[in-house]
Amino acid sequence: MKKFKILLLTALFLFSINLKLNAAGEQAEPIKIDWSFKGLTGKFDRSSLQRGFQVYKEVCASCHSMQYLSYRNLGEPGGPEFSEAEVKAIAASFEVSDGPDAQGEMFTRPGRPSDKFVSPYPNVKAAAAANGGAYPPDMSVLVKARKGGANYIYSVLVGYEDPPAGVTLDDGVYYNKYMIGNKIKMPNNLSDGLVEYADGTSATVDQMAKDVTTFLAWAAEPELEERHKTGIKVMIYLILLSILVYLSMKKIWSRIDSEM
Amino acid sequence: MSENYTPDSKVGKWFNDRLPLLSLASHLKDYPTPKNLNYWWTFGGILTFCLITQIVTGIVLAMHYVAHADLAFGSVEHIMRDVNYGWLIRYIHSNGASMFFLAVYIHIFRSLFYGSYKSPREVIWIIGILIYLLMMAAAFMGYVLPWGQMSFWGATVITNLFSAIPLVGESITTWLWGAYSVDNPTLNRFFSLHYLIPFLILGLVVLHIWALHVPGNNNPVGIDIKKPSKDTVPFHPYITIKDIFALLMFTILFAGFVFFAPNVLGHSDNYIPANPMVTPAHIVPEWYLLPFYAILRSVPDKLGGVILMFSAIFILFILPWLDTSKVRSAVYRPIYKQFFWILVIDIFLLGYVGAMPAEGLYLVLARVGTIYYFLHFLVVLPLVGYFEKTDPIPISISEPVMTGSANLGLAKKTDEKI
Amino acid sequence: MTDTKKTNRRDFLFTATYTLGAIGVGATIWPFIDQMNPDKSVQALATTEVDITNIEPGKSITVLWRGKPVFLKRRTPEEIAEARSVSLNELKDPEKDEDRVKKGNDEWLVMLGVCTHLGCVPLADKGDYNGWFCPCHGSHYDVSGRIRKGPAPINMEIPKYEFVDNNTIKIG
Repeated sequence: MKKFKILLLTALFLFSINLKLNAAGEQAEPIKIDWSFKGLTGKFDRSSLQRGFQVYKEVCASCHSMQYLSYRNLGEPGGPEFSEAEVKAIAASFEVSDGPDAQGEMFTRPGRPSDKFVSPYPNVKAAAAANGGAYPPDMSVLVKARKGGANYIYSVLVGYEDPPAGVTLDDGVYYNKYMIGNKIKMPNNLSDGLVEYADGTSATVDQMAKDVTTFLAWAAEPELEERHKTGIKVMIYLILLSILVYLSMKKIWSRIDSEM
Repeated sequence: MSENYTPDSKVGKWFNDRLPLLSLASHLKDYPTPKNLNYWWTFGGILTFCLITQIVTGIVLAMHYVAHADLAFGSVEHIMRDVNYGWLIRYIHSNGASMFFLAVYIHIFRSLFYGSYKSPREVIWIIGILIYLLMMAAAFMGYVLPWGQMSFWGATVITNLFSAIPLVGESITTWLWGAYSVDNPTLNRFFSLHYLIPFLILGLVVLHIWALHVPGNNNPVGIDIKKPSKDTVPFHPYITIKDIFALLMFTILFAGFVFFAPNVLGHSDNYIPANPMVTPAHIVPEWYLLPFYAILRSVPDKLGGVILMFSAIFILFILPWLDTSKVRSAVYRPIYKQFFWILVIDIFLLGYVGAMPAEGLYLVLARVGTIYYFLHFLVVLPLVGYFEKTDPIPISISEPVMTGSANLGLAKKTDEKI
Repeated sequence: MTDTKKTNRRDFLFTATYTLGAIGVGATIWPFIDQMNPDKSVQALATTEVDITNIEPGKSITVLWRGKPVFLKRRTPEEIAEARSVSLNELKDPEKDEDRVKKGNDEWLVMLGVCTHLGCVPLADKGDYNGWFCPCHGSHYDVSGRIRKGPAPINMEIPKYEFVDNNTIKIG
């Protein structure tokens, strides 16, 4: 058994290498939030996801694309779980270009649940050109694409400050204590009461940042709840089978041991 | 025994006379195995499991993946989001690579500790190192396929190693790329080769096991055993059940990564689509290649670094002749045992500095580690084998067990040490 | 006595281990099979809406639905009469024309344009029964899409569809 302990220690060592890597950099350590989706049985907070989608739609979506998500995802289990009618209405509120039609022309039509999220810009270059040369990154997997994950995204959203003395910023560059290099081209877009939540939650900057981060965490890992649920079952199964196999092994080897 | 095996049924006999598969099965079943094998010997079976898992999940992923620079990243997201159980299969495959290397490193270090590479098992060892080389190639090319930032820049850095070759280096890299940089043609050929290599590995694994079954397994005591004898047990059910138990323990760790920390062994930058205009701040290979990466970076000369890195792997091919000791198991080699652990620490150190920026103290450590790595194989092994006074070796492995003294003490000793 | 007891307990342990192991192997195989089924993005595209404003009586159009052609034919009164005059005894796969169209929209025949023999696409206005003719193995369909002659076993399939309004049909 000691051997397996060592196996585990090796694995932990590998972990620590990775954690150390994550810690590299000069920006402040991200704020640690006790997200509901953390841990072995973590789940998303449905109402937070729905509010987060609202923040994304009303604030982020004017610059950031989410090209790998479809409107139907909003109604799928493990996500915001909007009703079928709500998903249809959300999709229909977007103009989607489609075609070519019988005449060979492209046309626009109201979105359907099967459509991908509409991008604010036709391509990366257009997006960069409209944003002072900095491409607002696609947010589909943003939480997985940043060291520190959800904590980092949340921290950046609430990390805007006046630059400390001695730091001069160019036009269109903002100071953010959690951003890599402390300089960010995205202005601080959140302000208290910016959106009006349907469920009556008060839309503080902190609340909006948490909600939209939760939404982005789901967008990056829509399988998270199913993964956790399956994982628990698999673990229980493996432990039970291990016990049976261990007992069988002892039984089988007892034939040899008794011979000796 | 299998040599005189005749199937019971008439049909079986008819078939076996024409293709002796049943004889082979009987041989594998009865294969006399030393009964004192400890859990470090279960990693051969675990590695077979890893290979099969990678092949099966890989074939499935190839049904949904698109090897095109514009579509690869999106097709991986399609697998993760839309394909039924796609997330599970992809996470098994990506974490499976790490688990495969974890198991192969334990397997290699077991061989180093118990002297399994020594006569008459040199060919097994050499085939093993070939497998290890192919594994690295497969893992590297597989890492390129999602076409994220680390994929792209990893491919750029590794293929650029070949540009260090004098005169023809540039032509070779261009030939490898099929373009003037890592680009769509590179992705396509990497996909093709990534699909091919596991089957080459499978072939080598068959040879590896074939070569093993000629002299039979080494064992913790490291002495030759008569087979079959009181010292051996039939492979089935004794070894199979033990392998399965160890495999389950391994699978629990594996499943832990897949279900609860699927991205912890990867790099977050690989979820940013490849961008030839921007290099990530920190290019690091996957953890299992870090020691070699540290050796590469420890040399201030391009060609020198490349040569040294490849030497670090190729030196293993001649290991059976560098170790001059006739005693196999480190259990009876008090001096070698200490150097073995120093080597383990050295390789961990190299892995650690390989993940750190190549500057300051890290660079110094990388150089010390690199020098020691080569010293171990080129100087320590030949000399220790020559001068070391080894402990007395038991005559057989069952004898001390029966008296209940030496082998029990030995078992305890190995337990503590490892 | 104690000997048999011992054997039984051992047998039980082994049986339990085998059983649990087999369950696990079975459960592991399923994801590897299911991954080949239509994925979520394919399932989401399961409906198509068709604009039928410009189709004259006697004409038909073909649209793609779930990767297969769907024939939308606006039949003339004569064609409908012809289809309904056939006695069910003459049919290989007896089915009334009334059952193959939506009541009140009897002129519209919406049908999966796939021969029920081996999946080829039949040609319109061909064959011995004024309907469709499959060039692959010579199946003849009538103006209601019913099999009349040839190797195909059953009538061409009617997909699930509905009239969203007078000018639009939603298939699926």
